[in-house]
Amino acid sequence: MTHPADITHPAAVTLAAAQHGFLSPTGVEIAFLLVGLATFGAALVTVTTRQLVHAALWLVVALGGLAVEYLLLTAEFIAWVQVLIYVGSVVVLLLFGLMLTRAPIGRSPDADSGNRWAALTVAVAAAAALVWVVVDAFRTTWVDLDGPAAGSTAVTGASLFQNWVLPFEALSVLLLAALVGAIVLSRKAKAESSLPPVNSRAATGGSPSVPDSRNHPIGGTARSHAAKPVAGTHPADQEGAR
Amino acid sequence: MHLAYPAVLAALLFCTGLYGVLARRNAILVLMSVELMLNAVNLNLVAFDVWLSKAARDTLHSGQALTLFTIAIAAAEIGIGLAIVLAVHRNRGTSDIDKLRDTAEGHETVGPDSDALTAGPADGAGKAEATA
Amino acid sequence: MTTTTLAVLVPLLPFLGAAAGLLLGRTAPGFVRPLAVLPALTSLVLAVLVAVRQGGGQAVNAHTELTPTGSVPIELALHIDGFAALVAILVGVVASCVQIYSTGYLRDDPRYPSYAALVSLFTSAMLLVVYSGDLIVLLVGWEVMGICSYFLVGHYWETPEARAASIKAFLVTKLGDVPFLIGLFALATQAGSFRITTILGTVAHGGLDHPTVIALLLLAGAAGKSAQFPLHTWLPDAMAGPTPVSALIHAATMVAAGVYFIARLLPVFEASQAAMVVLAVMAAVTMVGSGLAALAQDDIKRVLAYSTIGQLGYMTGALAVGDRSAAVFHLLTHGAFKALLFLAAGVIIHAAGTNSLAAMSRLHGLRDRVPDAFWTMTVALLALAAIPPFSGFFSKESVLGAAEHVATGHTERAPGVSGWIILVAGLLAALLTAAYATRLWLLAFNGRGAEAPDHGRQPLTMTVVLWVLAVPSLALGAFAYRSLPDWFDGRDLTPALTTSVVGTGVALIGGIVTYAAWRHTTALAARVPLGAVAAHPESDAGQVEAEAIASHAPAYGGVASAPDPADPGRLLLGPLHRHAAVGFHLDAVYAALFVRPVQAGASLVRFLDREVVETYVRGAGALPGLLGAAVRRAQTGNVQTYVSALLAGTVVLAVAALLVATGA
Repeated sequence: MTHPADITHPAAVTLAAAQHGFLSPTGVEIAFLLVGLATFGAALVTVTTRQLVHAALWLVVALGGLAVEYLLLTAEFIAWVQVLIYVGSVVVLLLFGLMLTRAPIGRSPDADSGNRWAALTVAVAAAAALVWVVVDAFRTTWVDLDGPAAGSTAVTGASLFQNWVLPFEALSVLLLAALVGAIVLSRKAKAESSLPPVNSRAATGGSPSVPDSRNHPIGGTARSHAAKPVAGTHPADQEGAR
Repeated sequence: MHLAYPAVLAALLFCTGLYGVLARRNAILVLMSVELMLNAVNLNLVAFDVWLSKAARDTLHSGQALTLFTIAIAAAEIGIGLAIVLAVHRNRGTSDIDKLRDTAEGHETVGPDSDALTAGPADGAGKAEATA
Repeated sequence: MTTTTLAVLVPLLPFLGAAAGLLLGRTAPGFVRPLAVLPALTSLVLAVLVAVRQGGGQAVNAHTELTPTGSVPIELALHIDGFAALVAILVGVVASCVQIYSTGYLRDDPRYPSYAALVSLFTSAMLLVVYSGDLIVLLVGWEVMGICSYFLVGHYWETPEARAASIKAFLVTKLGDVPFLIGLFALATQAGSFRITTILGTVAHGGLDHPTVIALLLLAGAAGKSAQFPLHTWLPDAMAGPTPVSALIHAATMVAAGVYFIARLLPVFEASQAAMVVLAVMAAVTMVGSGLAALAQDDIKRVLAYSTIGQLGYMTGALAVGDRSAAVFHLLTHGAFKALLFLAAGVIIHAAGTNSLAAMSRLHGLRDRVPDAFWTMTVALLALAAIPPFSGFFSKESVLGAAEHVATGHTERAPGVSGWIILVAGLLAALLTAAYATRLWLLAFNGRGAEAPDHGRQPLTMTVVLWVLAVPSLALGAFAYRSLPDWFDGRDLTPALTTSVVGTGVALIGGIVTYAAWRHTTALAARVPLGAVAAHPESDAGQVEAEAIASHAPAYGGVASAPDPADPGRLLLGPLHRHAAVGFHLDAVYAALFVRPVQAGASLVRFLDREVVETYVRGAGALPGLLGAAVRRAQTGNVQTYVSALLAGTVVLAVAALLVATGA
């Protein structure tokens, strides 16, 4: 099988292949491999564990492991951004989400849907195909990590504000739109929750937007309380129809 | 460092996330799996950027810039996604994806029943609104 | 006004009356009766005027071509000779009488407006046929008459008999009309015109290539319309219509249209000896068979219907011996007395409350209840039986005389064998005619048993027209046989001595034998009670008749005959009675020959459609249905399943693309 590297850099490839074999790894490679294994394991646990909160915590491990990998690839700025944004905010958001949706704490027997085996098949097939292609294409490509760091804050900042300033600004607009969107979505729910029927429902089962740990282990009752809001969503539509 | 290491790790992480997206029942867990997939892509971007910045003397650092953008977009996505999940949860009383089957064949035969079941409180709501 | 204008107005007025009647029938019921009667009377007056102006001299010809219509031109043409002028007067007289009679007969009928409009339309169509000088225009009137007949026979469409009869009348006449149409086209193609005068000119010069085929094709249509064997079976059943309709359409005019048509195109038929022989055989079979059948009928109107068929057979017979003067002479007298017979029969049915002769023969004093009908019907029956000096005698003798002329070789207009056939059959039919006329008169007016129910006096409109029609029945023949040749071909219509003596003698024999048979059997009538009488003293005659028709089959076991041992016809016919009562099983033969094969074919087609074609259709529908069911099961609504399938497809495609790209 031929691959692009063969064509573009034949000399470098032969050089790399001659100089660096897989059986004689460098220290960075060993570190990368170990951290990679930990990351992959954490990711696997994340998608297989039956405890929802644990899944979020294992996600932290996986994302943190990725941050370490970025460091090993000399992309320090990305690594810190990863830690700050993912570990610091995204996972926290996810945890909030879990709580707000009254996800049960502890082992939940139905964490995986009935689609599991189809999903496993697809994932394994995709993994096999991807790994096969990637290994076949890049088995001889060598990344030179010596010299000045490729992803230091200075380099990244210079590139970002010299070459990427316009997309950067556009991205800020996108973030603003997302912010507004999230607020709108939340506000709509809030406006509804302030309606009389929702209030009357709150008197019977408590507001769904307030996390109630007592309800969590008994998802059935939580769901039975929460099933009532189905009616609460319709008055607006029905009012419109009348 | 061999480029194959990060590339293979990215592929594996991506497929792990893929499995999670397809197999997890809870919508928030699905969002987590999406994060895993995005991060796999990020790892690829960073690794190739590092490789190309040395091997091809690329000074644009497009991989890293794109990684940053991806992270930002992922943050936005997680915000919107969580808002949607919360809204769904509030409306349906569940955030289990395999229970949100309104588009299923033959669903409409079930729909009117549930509407009929909930008609009572809905009417009450309408009256309450009218008086309020 | 010119004669042409008058002649155009003659068919036009009843048509306008019909249109106005249909339009105003619901909104202005008060106008319906004037709109029905006045156009008919006006047409009669105009027809008389046209006849006076034409005066039996040169034929009035006028034509205009509305628009070019391709190869053979179709023109609005008038051709009024003596035949047309006199037949138009007959149509006018009978139509006027029937319209006046109907105002009383269907006094309370809610469908009277449409009925009257259809009668007007029919009158218009018949006058069009009579006056038309173009075969296509004639065909228009011909078919309009057919559809009017269909509607009017089915006037009492609540009864199954009327529904079946109307459809039968329509189908059987159409069966004749299809070859008729082909014959018209063949004739016009060879003559290069639809104009009757042009066609006759072509025939006179021997320009007709296949006269036999054309004549036989035309004969089929004429036989269907004029109820000649073997297409006569619709006419007895058509008696399920109201009596005035029977009088106008199925006795006096429409059934005469076929005869009139042949009379107009007689040279075409004369060009083919074979056609003339066929015509003669047809007429002979019709005459004798209908006479026998009439002797066995129980329904008074069916007796008259078979009598009509027989008299039409006389006319056809006259044509078969090439004497259209005699044919049209008989047409005129027959139109008068047969219309009278039917209208009088309507009065009798109203008075007796039944249409069954068996029931009437058990009613005492019916003649005193309806003296007008009794006297006029006696006159008409004498005319029918061809007793001198009534009109039927002269016209029938002219037919027999013409046949005798041909048979003895005095003229070469027709083959001698035709003459003999017509002469023998005509004498035999004269015997039978007298027999059934006597039977009808004896059974209807000399019943013994219970007193006839009193339904009060018959309406004046119904009795007056009887006397109006009794005049020509009585006197038309005697006064007209001298002057008519001036109007017709100039052939002498004076009764010959031989045929007169023989014919009258035969008729007298028939009458006397029937009287003797009746004397022999009438004692039985008192012992065998029979009959059902519908008594509605206050309702109009139409309803009584409808009930009588509807109750005949349940009461007597059939529409045609009654199990009456006191019937002289039963004694006279002997074992033949059973077959004659049902028209010699011709309907059964048709049912076996045509109806059942068609129904079998229909059920076969139905089977093929339901079981074979439908199977393919169902199979074609079931396969997508199964596929749909399979696909539907995939539509679980679970997004994860969808995405799984999507990604699995993506992986497969990616691997396939890779393999292709690397040439593996």
